[in-house]
Amino acid sequence: MLAYVIRRLAYGALVVLGVLLFLFVLFFTVATPDDIARRALGDKATPEMIDTWKANHGYDRPLWPWQDPSDNLLVSHYTSLLGFDFGRSDVDDAPIGQRIREGMGPSLALTVPMFVIGLGLGLLLSLFVAFFRETYIDRAGVFLCVLGMSVSILLYIIGAQVLIAQLLRWYPISGFDPDPDVVARFLILPIVVGVVSSVGSDVRFYRTVFVEESSRDYVRTARAKGAGELRVMAQHVLRNGMIPILTRVVLAIPFLFTGSLLLESFFGIPGLGSITVDAIRGNDFATLRVMVYIGALLFVLGQVLTDVSYSLADPRVRLE
Amino acid sequence: MEAHVFSNLAVVVLLALGAATVVFVRRNRLWSEALAELWRRRRFSVLVVGLYVLIALLDSIAWVGGTGANGASIEAFEARSVIDRLFAGTRESSYSAPLADHAFYGGKPLEAPGTHLLGTDILGRDVLHRTLKGARVALLIGGVTTLIAIPLALLFGVTAGYFGGRLDDAVFFVMSTLASIPGLLLLIALIMALGKGTWQVCLALGVTGWVGLSRVVRGETLKLRELDYVQAARALGVSELRIVVRHVIPNLMHLVIITFVLMFSGLVLSEAILAWLGIGVDGSWGQMIDQARDELSRVPVVWWNLTAAAAALFGLLLAVNFVGDALRDILDPRTLREDG
Repeated sequence: MLAYVIRRLAYGALVVLGVLLFLFVLFFTVATPDDIARRALGDKATPEMIDTWKANHGYDRPLWPWQDPSDNLLVSHYTSLLGFDFGRSDVDDAPIGQRIREGMGPSLALTVPMFVIGLGLGLLLSLFVAFFRETYIDRAGVFLCVLGMSVSILLYIIGAQVLIAQLLRWYPISGFDPDPDVVARFLILPIVVGVVSSVGSDVRFYRTVFVEESSRDYVRTARAKGAGELRVMAQHVLRNGMIPILTRVVLAIPFLFTGSLLLESFFGIPGLGSITVDAIRGNDFATLRVMVYIGALLFVLGQVLTDVSYSLADPRVRLE
Repeated sequence: MEAHVFSNLAVVVLLALGAATVVFVRRNRLWSEALAELWRRRRFSVLVVGLYVLIALLDSIAWVGGTGANGASIEAFEARSVIDRLFAGTRESSYSAPLADHAFYGGKPLEAPGTHLLGTDILGRDVLHRTLKGARVALLIGGVTTLIAIPLALLFGVTAGYFGGRLDDAVFFVMSTLASIPGLLLLIALIMALGKGTWQVCLALGVTGWVGLSRVVRGETLKLRELDYVQAARALGVSELRIVVRHVIPNLMHLVIITFVLMFSGLVLSEAILAWLGIGVDGSWGQMIDQARDELSRVPVVWWNLTAAAAALFGLLLAVNFVGDALRDILDPRTLREDG
């Protein structure tokens, strides 16, 4: 068991190193320091300006260790990101690490309730639909899900802002205030939009799992021994269906920290999603690198945790 | 080569490929039955998708010449597509409501009163025209992405799954590395590094799509490799390459098609998000939605731009999603009904 956990952790670490290499190739060789400087300074930048900019932001060192073993970008890229020393923004020299610590709170305040409500609502609706499988309720449910999935999240956001904020004048249309008394006022609208925009695909996925599960032999056995349909659903189908559902859920947890790019930016919530959007808009490659790295790191962590908890629940997994 | 010549050639190639597919499907019992079943179940959705494809093709056939808008001007020397020619001479100076005969602000009479079914945008361009042109962009995104993702996924997924060993380890490592970067962040990172533009966006979407697809292909190949008919072919001395081409890949195609059709709507939705971030494709519906966003805060409100782009996007995605669902039910034996 311990050997499996160690092996899994080691592979996760290897993947993180791979992600760092990928980021280095992307942001230092595909887009060279010269490109980055030119995008930051605009088309009219002179070569001297580019050189000064590169020197100020630490991009003037050689790229590879074989060019200069003591001081090069590849090694400092690895050591700084692995050591959580994120450096300063390319645009305004603000320390990225501090900005991320400040953004974590608002992001979690938005994503955690969204995640919990979304999961509960999704499971409830999908159990309901799966309970009535092969009837008109089921067909109508699936139809509504596909309908919901075909709408861009941009439209959900714009629609909600126009309908509720502009026509009905209920909520502040955007903004944020960490004061616990009023924070909910700012969060209700983005949470509702976030839940509504993702509930369609969630319900459809869960329904497929439940319907597949309810055609298994053990369900037939349960029915044959006289268990009621409600009991079959709650005790047998829901429990056994939890494995594929948990995979999807656990893998969604890292995204709670990286926040939601669109929701945060539209509703003016100063979280990690907003930081990422600002970095994209402002060509802030240093911040973007860090955000991608954190996203991948959390994802790998989530995956390792899922696999380990699987192997605890199901000994067959370890044989792989 | 000029852009419109290239586009015309692409249409010819696409039509030839389409004809070849029809011939192949008619000869192949499995596929012709599957498509007949799809037609029986989802006739309307298939027709809608066909309509979008037709508009996109018409917008891809372009030539120089003819009279431009309002009689003459530079447009006469530009390559314009069939769709562009349908809307020749309909340029206004600014906003006008659907079917209006005067400008939306100021009330000046229009150049072509009552002809703008969906009104005009801030620069006086016909909204219906721009919406129809968006079909080409959406299908281009889907199409080019497929051309990048499917061959790559088959190459890497099949070699990794079939030959196993070190090769599999290496491919699997690359796949899990790319897959561990959250999808939207990976897309953004790729586009930021490659620069903005249509081909960069397609390349980024292709790389992102490749990861998902090759995982599916690799997993299925691992299963197929152990099946009796592959073992039998190997025992008969058939070469490995021939086994892969004749026995493994054809049995993967249904999965590739299902995954791709289901992925398509995700691709187009991602492009809408990218457009909003300012790194999307020019002329896409996402861009139209993004531009139309500010118009909603005008008084009186300018709603036709947003509505047109949103309805076009929604219609395509809905039809594709329905076709994808039906295809999965038809082609994937695991989802056969209990009573079927």
